[in-house]
Amino acid sequence: MNSTAAGWLQFLLLFAALAACYVPLGNYIARIFTAKDHLRVERGIYKLCGIDPEADMRWSVYVRSILAFSLVSVLFLYLIQRTQHWLFLSVGMANVPPDTAWNTAASFTTNTNWQNYAGEATMGYLTQMAGLAVQNFVSAAVGLAVAIAMIRGFIRSRTDRLGNFWVDLTRGTIRLLLPLAVIGTLILVAGGAIENFASYHTVATLAGGHQTIPGGPVASQEVIKEMGNNGGGFFNANSAHPFENPNPFTNLFEIFLILLIPFALPRAFGKLVRDNKQGYALVAVMVCIWAAAVGGISLFQALHGGAAPQLAHGAMEGVEVRFGTPGCSVFAASTTVTSTGAVNCFHDSLTPFGGGIALFDIALGEITPGGIGAGMYGILILAIVTVFVAGLMVGRTPEYIGKKIRPAEMKYAALYFLTLPVIILTMAGISIGTKIGQSAIFNPGPHGLTEIMYAFTSMANNNGSAFAGLGTAATWYQITGGITMLLGRFAPEIFALGLAGSLARQAPVPASAGTLDTRTPLFVAMVVGVILILVGLTYFPALALGVFAEGLK
Amino acid sequence: MIGMNRLPVIVRQHIAGFRALLVFTVICGLIYPFVMVGVSQLAFHSQANGSMVSYNGHVVGSSLLCQEFTDAKGNPLPQYFQPRPSNAIPSPAPKGDYGCDPTYSNATNLGPTNPAQVQAIQQRQKQIAEFDHVPVSQIPADAVTASGSGLDPDISPTNAYMQVPRVAAARHLPVAEVRNLVTEHIQGRVIGILGEPRVNVLLLNIALDQLSAR
Repeated sequence: MNSTAAGWLQFLLLFAALAACYVPLGNYIARIFTAKDHLRVERGIYKLCGIDPEADMRWSVYVRSILAFSLVSVLFLYLIQRTQHWLFLSVGMANVPPDTAWNTAASFTTNTNWQNYAGEATMGYLTQMAGLAVQNFVSAAVGLAVAIAMIRGFIRSRTDRLGNFWVDLTRGTIRLLLPLAVIGTLILVAGGAIENFASYHTVATLAGGHQTIPGGPVASQEVIKEMGNNGGGFFNANSAHPFENPNPFTNLFEIFLILLIPFALPRAFGKLVRDNKQGYALVAVMVCIWAAAVGGISLFQALHGGAAPQLAHGAMEGVEVRFGTPGCSVFAASTTVTSTGAVNCFHDSLTPFGGGIALFDIALGEITPGGIGAGMYGILILAIVTVFVAGLMVGRTPEYIGKKIRPAEMKYAALYFLTLPVIILTMAGISIGTKIGQSAIFNPGPHGLTEIMYAFTSMANNNGSAFAGLGTAATWYQITGGITMLLGRFAPEIFALGLAGSLARQAPVPASAGTLDTRTPLFVAMVVGVILILVGLTYFPALALGVFAEGLK
Repeated sequence: MIGMNRLPVIVRQHIAGFRALLVFTVICGLIYPFVMVGVSQLAFHSQANGSMVSYNGHVVGSSLLCQEFTDAKGNPLPQYFQPRPSNAIPSPAPKGDYGCDPTYSNATNLGPTNPAQVQAIQQRQKQIAEFDHVPVSQIPADAVTASGSGLDPDISPTNAYMQVPRVAAARHLPVAEVRNLVTEHIQGRVIGILGEPRVNVLLLNIALDQLSAR
């Protein structure tokens, strides 16, 4: 069988596995957040935290709880990195310098996992598992909590309450992420990912040289890194590293984990609003764009455009033989349409258009299917924008899931989708226009512009993958990057929750003959169109000067 | 909590946040990884510790990590199959470190239109053409490009077959015998569709040493 055919069969297998999980996992997630009873362990957690699980929060309180939790998380992560050398399981690593510690703390708290360090040469085991991996769990659970609160905006009426953040955070972690992570870890270790506390040890190699072998609790972190759409590698090479991703089976399993929860959330949404077809419509939008991304990157990598891949007879730079270009392409598309950012091949070395699609995927705003929770509330807002646009065309007051989309709601929606382009284009513009920003460029020509665009698009959208040639360990990028990631995470979350608060206060409106049916293929096509047009128009100039200039040369 | 209610709401929220973070740090950051390491060590001892391989009673490396088959100056040894180019070298490179260093996994990040990358590929093609006496058109992509991890343990079957005549000549072994050894070491796609066919260089070279020792 040739490589392309095998690649497509691999994609179909992945699709079938995800489709099989859609209903059961989506229903389970819906049940988690509607169950009346608390588990015994959860009651213990609420007691230890000193919070009242029965309290129902206004949207502003929900937001402040998230910000409070995230602020202490940033401080705690910063502190553990700055003191790791004196703590246990440091495997001899020095304390992390202040600018890297700041950037990493912001990065992991915001579910971004942008990394300005090489894990195996910087982070001790304790920092990895009790610092970074903890945020891999809870930052994902925060995103999920916001999505659930947003959905409550649709299903509740005449109330200013959106639920309890601490309960949502705890249930997402304890009932969803942790059990799946335990199963996933065992599957990865069985496949060959390492899981130990061994210190680095040296062996004599076959040809008489020496090699130092690192260790670490890798698999347990790898699984939540993928499933929580975090993406921060235990090692510098991320999921290209054989200890994180040893063979083609673990590779497909990791891609499956990346997509598992984001693709199941529309089902949970459909279940919660008591109309499963609404879920199918949104998941159809997500699948369309994800499949197009997989197809596009696969095609351009197989064609191996660009002077260097042409000369080498294949786009294998930065790619592992065990995955090949098909395994690289599916991973690259899946990690960029979710806000994961893990990589099994290095995006800076992708072909001009292959890398361009990866950048475009992230620029779409991480909603197809997007990061855990963040993709769900993101696509709900884009659906609202779509019914608004459709309403303008026929001159009716738009409605979505029984709620009117009035000026108040549209203001939040507009703020939501304008925030990221403003942050990205401002930060990238300053970097490109200044010596300090330019000096970090690694690959010359239009590719250098794409490196900077990719960096800020990735950080603001909390993706975390990189055109990693860019020298972002420079202080300028460390500091502005941290700010970009925090703004890119929390500003949209605030607008999403504000919108949810506004929706929850409304009385439901019954569907009438004039209501746009948001369960039809027509609506799916319209949402896809709105997503592509909103983004296409915003980023087209930068893509033209970078990606197109390089690819068409 | 006694006294808690007298604090301003904003302070109480941060205290709750801090306590929640500590609780989740214990559950997800300590109990979870310790249990996972414990279970993995019991159930999957070899995998959990890096799939190390031994030869003549000595551990010689991990079957998951490439290693260099070079002399002290970094020149490739003709009697061994050579792995892919590797950028896993700490900067500055320690003496005698020519790649495949697991303490610094790393890709080159060279772009597809970067003249430096074009030059690097041309230079590798020239070296291989001389080393293996093959025309440039027959050199596969994986032989002239650096892997993503810098630790890729595998090469493509085409790359392995290309090196057979050189290895056989250096070891005074029949070409057919070395070729058979390569064929035996090809790992196909998992369940016929996952990944790409590959040859593990360390395992192949161990088998080669065993063959020569007979």
